[in-house]
Amino acid sequence: MPFLFRPVRGGRLLKHALLLGFGLLMLYPLLWMVSSSLKPEEIIFREPGLWPSEVTLENYSEGWTALKHSFGYYLWNSAVITGLSVVANLVACSLAAYAFARLNFPLKKLWFAIMLGSIMLPHHVTVVPQYIVFSNLDWINTIWPLVVPKFLATDAFFIFLMVQFIRTLPRELDEAAAIDGAGYWRVFLQVILPLCMPALATTGIFTFIWTWNDFFSQNLYLTNSDNLTVAVALRQFLDSSGESSWGPMFAMSIVSLGPIFGFFLAGQKYLIRGVATTGLK
Amino acid sequence: MHESMSDSVSVTPKRVLVSIPPQPGGRRRAPRVSAHRRREARTAYVFLAPWFLGLFAITVGPILASLYLSFTDFSLLEEGTWVGLDNYTKMFTEDTRFITSLKVTTIYVVVSVPLQLAFALGLALALDRGLRGLPFYRSVYYLPSLLGGSVAIAILWRKLFGADGLVNSLLALVGIDGPGWVSDPDTALGTLILLHVWTFGAPMVIFLAGLRQIPQSYYEAASVDGATRWRQFRSITLPLLTPIIFFNLVLEVIKSFQSFTQSFIVSGGNGGPVDSTLFYTLYLYLKGFKSYEMGYAAAMAWVLLLIIAGLTGVNFLASKYWVFYGDTK
Repeated sequence: MPFLFRPVRGGRLLKHALLLGFGLLMLYPLLWMVSSSLKPEEIIFREPGLWPSEVTLENYSEGWTALKHSFGYYLWNSAVITGLSVVANLVACSLAAYAFARLNFPLKKLWFAIMLGSIMLPHHVTVVPQYIVFSNLDWINTIWPLVVPKFLATDAFFIFLMVQFIRTLPRELDEAAAIDGAGYWRVFLQVILPLCMPALATTGIFTFIWTWNDFFSQNLYLTNSDNLTVAVALRQFLDSSGESSWGPMFAMSIVSLGPIFGFFLAGQKYLIRGVATTGLK
Repeated sequence: MHESMSDSVSVTPKRVLVSIPPQPGGRRRAPRVSAHRRREARTAYVFLAPWFLGLFAITVGPILASLYLSFTDFSLLEEGTWVGLDNYTKMFTEDTRFITSLKVTTIYVVVSVPLQLAFALGLALALDRGLRGLPFYRSVYYLPSLLGGSVAIAILWRKLFGADGLVNSLLALVGIDGPGWVSDPDTALGTLILLHVWTFGAPMVIFLAGLRQIPQSYYEAASVDGATRWRQFRSITLPLLTPIIFFNLVLEVIKSFQSFTQSFIVSGGNGGPVDSTLFYTLYLYLKGFKSYEMGYAAAMAWVLLLIIAGLTGVNFLASKYWVFYGDTK
């Protein structure tokens, strides 16, 4: 009997009530934005409640076409940059991580320390000369300033993440493969990488979210109205519509958060584990 | 050079042995081993090639170029000339907006980071140890951390705290006439601090992982000795968690000192009202990429680097007095 009807202590119930209430308070702004995006413009600020008294998709259709191109165009631009960044980080960071975790080479400790130091380096210290170089290369208003650095493993955080992960894999696996005649590349491609899937997933999901959310670099390098990303387009939306048309702006904000929310739901396990082991954001 | 260096780092003895065919007499072993090591080092450099290229072309080169530019009045529009320390002296003696940005950012960091970490720790403690629905609560509290940096959330914030925003319509229900939070210089920075505190989920997850490392047996022993829950928290949880608190503190200070998007969007790109949300990086951006004073912006970037390095250094020095590493005390 005690197993079925264990008395619920009042304290525990109260705790759940408080935690739920606090969670609701935290998510209230988000839920309110979702609900507002479905309300007709004129009642958004008259109704602080979550349940819309009148539901319309007008905000979405209006917001979708409010800028020079349809919002799908900007989503596509963001998707291209984000997709390339994910591929770039996966390839470049796993290559470097394998070398740091498994191979011996001169000055390894020094290079490793430099790699760790570069994680802490503020991005703004390098941005002025980078901008000058990229503008001399005529790369302003192209995706290259946003993507090429990732192919050069400049997101050193992920190298560190993967080094930590590879170190937990038993070396006997590499050695067994080496006895069977596998070289370094085959060990990397056929032994290490398949076992690294959790670390690769964490890297991919975080790269996706960070790149999708990134505003500073995209705003800096993409100024032509034909190649804006979602983040920059939303900002233009805000500028062009001023204090009016909040409904369409909320609607497009929700659309812009959709992919992040999707990745959050699909990859929670990897996100939580990644944060817990390395302190990623 | 190569041999001596590779001796100092650990090698995989088995692998080295395997690759050497058994030969009578040890005389030929040494050269074979070093040939093997050279091959390993060569391979390592091939694997590291993209990273090396990035390190020098995207990171180290620009840092040094930035240092050089900081002594010039370079702008993208015209060649710069050497001005010595002018940019630096101007910053601290003439440029009141620079001082303002430094002040605003300092207040932001000093207020929002401890608040954020306090929430993170408090909620982590509340969620710890076999609470039902932990994954659910963890996800709910963590979600804002993922979204908080986006333009969409900054837009939402601007509207939550606008003169006719959600916060004021809720306040109106209880008869309070709230100010235009984001347009009032007294409260605008407060809304950004609140936004930062709202993203406490990421450090909370780190705290949760740290709490799980503390052996349950410590608590059992303590309750056998009659320690109250508060006493257990003071004497077991808190000391053993100090390394994690320290880690979160260093990380959050570095990160929040560089906040950009939120102040840019909420203030409409100028740090207003009356520069009350003029973050350091926003001012750097305005200097470097709006008025194209790139030499000046480079000098600001170097000051930022020194500030962040200094803060991190101070954090590490101070940590000796309050961070507890199990084996040293």
